[in-house]
Amino acid sequence: MSEVLYIKNSVLIRDAKVYQNGRLYYEDTKSPDISIFLKNLYKSEKIRYSKYFKMDDLSKLGFIGTEILFGGNIENKETALVFGNAASCLETDRYYSETMEEFPSPSLFVYTLPNIMLGEISIRHQLRSENIFFISEKFDSSLFLEYSKSLFNQGKTDNVLCGWVDLQNNDYDVFLWEIARSGKTYLNEEELKNIYLPTHE
Amino acid sequence: MNRNYLLNDAIISPLGFTTSENLTSIRNSETALKLHRNSRYFKEGYYAGLIDLDWINSKFSRIGNPGKYTKLEKLIILAIKQVIDPSQNFSTRSSGLVLSTTKGNIDLLNNNDFSADRIYLWKMAQVIADFFELKQKPVVVSNACISGALAIKTANDFIESGRFKNAVVAGGDLVSDFVLSGFQSFQAISSKPCRPFSNDREGVSLGEAAAAIFIDQEQSAVGESVHYIDAVTANDANHISGPSRTGEGLYQSISRLFNNSGVDPSKVDYISAHGTATNFNDEMESISFNRAELNYVPVNSFKGYYGHTLGASALLETILTKKCLLNNELLASHNFTESGVSVNLNIIREHKRKELRTALKTASGFGGCNLAMLLQKQSL
Repeated sequence: MSEVLYIKNSVLIRDAKVYQNGRLYYEDTKSPDISIFLKNLYKSEKIRYSKYFKMDDLSKLGFIGTEILFGGNIENKETALVFGNAASCLETDRYYSETMEEFPSPSLFVYTLPNIMLGEISIRHQLRSENIFFISEKFDSSLFLEYSKSLFNQGKTDNVLCGWVDLQNNDYDVFLWEIARSGKTYLNEEELKNIYLPTHE
Repeated sequence: MNRNYLLNDAIISPLGFTTSENLTSIRNSETALKLHRNSRYFKEGYYAGLIDLDWINSKFSRIGNPGKYTKLEKLIILAIKQVIDPSQNFSTRSSGLVLSTTKGNIDLLNNNDFSADRIYLWKMAQVIADFFELKQKPVVVSNACISGALAIKTANDFIESGRFKNAVVAGGDLVSDFVLSGFQSFQAISSKPCRPFSNDREGVSLGEAAAAIFIDQEQSAVGESVHYIDAVTANDANHISGPSRTGEGLYQSISRLFNNSGVDPSKVDYISAHGTATNFNDEMESISFNRAELNYVPVNSFKGYYGHTLGASALLETILTKKCLLNNELLASHNFTESGVSVNLNIIREHKRKELRTALKTASGFGGCNLAMLLQKQSL
């Protein structure tokens, strides 16, 4: 039997702006470059986590979005991670391939898998929970919804962090949301699209 | 929960073009791992399982134009073709395609032979789906070395949710300069063919393969068949490029799987392990199996036959596990010498017959991911 699930909280990161539950939370109009934006956002969040600076930009996006979504602490250690994007980790693939001519870089190679981001979030919050990373051309709410519902229905989790974390040619699109058995907004494809779409072009 | 059946399957590797050819090679103790000297990253050469492109082109030319598809696309299409042709319940309208790969067409990164978007994993999946004129959008799972088994889990979940009536799970990866140089930069590649769980193991060997399997709610023929019971993943929360020393994530995935499915660990007749032959991986697995009280269960790694085929590995090994259940046979863990892990496992040293019913498949990968899956044979 399918139970009623809710969207508890959401975070969007686009064009140097962060939205929390639909409201503008942070803006950095002076930093068109993603790496500077990510550095300034980290400072503004007052996070102290040195591993952040070793991460590739894709992992940083997922990591810092999660920090903002959960206020720095995922209390429910069963929180499953259901993530996806369009470009996998192609940006880092390109950086790594540039090192292949001379000295292939192990510290870049390790980030040439999109699910490394899930490892980074799991390490930070000590989650030994369910993981999956999907690839789709565009944000596909049904993938996240159906897979998350299966985890709930099969008793494998009671909380899910979903993440669309895409990075292509310096352009990023991050949508994170928490699915729980209680909350304000009913979880369905319509609501997800409503939250995802407004600030997007 | 639905317990869907694992039906027609295909494995394409240096050991054969069909699952049955692959099994024959394994029974003859053949290995795909040969010495190659075509890489600038290895002065002394390297051992890997490479698939000959001319061989694949000659097979592919019977069904399509080999020039229009990349090597990996051709391999996966040929595997899917073998699986859907005999599957009566397969429908281009309602059947799903779940694709598993880690790097897809990464060999196109600095190559202009194909349109630039072919490097995207979703595009590769769409090209493959279009070849078969599938109406359902393909689903791509890219979760490091557990991808193949996670794609099987996803297909089962999406059949249960009603997204697909049934599904083909397919997967593949190549031994590109990209992954060769990367694993070498970690000093993770063995100078000899990999020796999983052995005391003289030196690291991984890489291999190429594509595999596919048809999963349906209905069993297509009378007789014995194997069904999927359940699968659980768990992260180590320990390190992004190395497994937990205590095997925590793998242990968690196995113990939760037993709790969820109601299957007692004592019912497991056989374990198909990940067994990459790196020091840390094999040690971690032995600790996890011991903690789950499975250290006495016959276990093997197929990596000695194929090398690590990345996104294909857990799918390919699930297909072989299914065949072992149906054939009541245990296949030797190739290249095993003497135990090199701190907890003694019941490593299968030679091929033998044994009545089998329930099998556990495990996989682990970068990003700290782990997966455990149960398969069971039943007679109808």
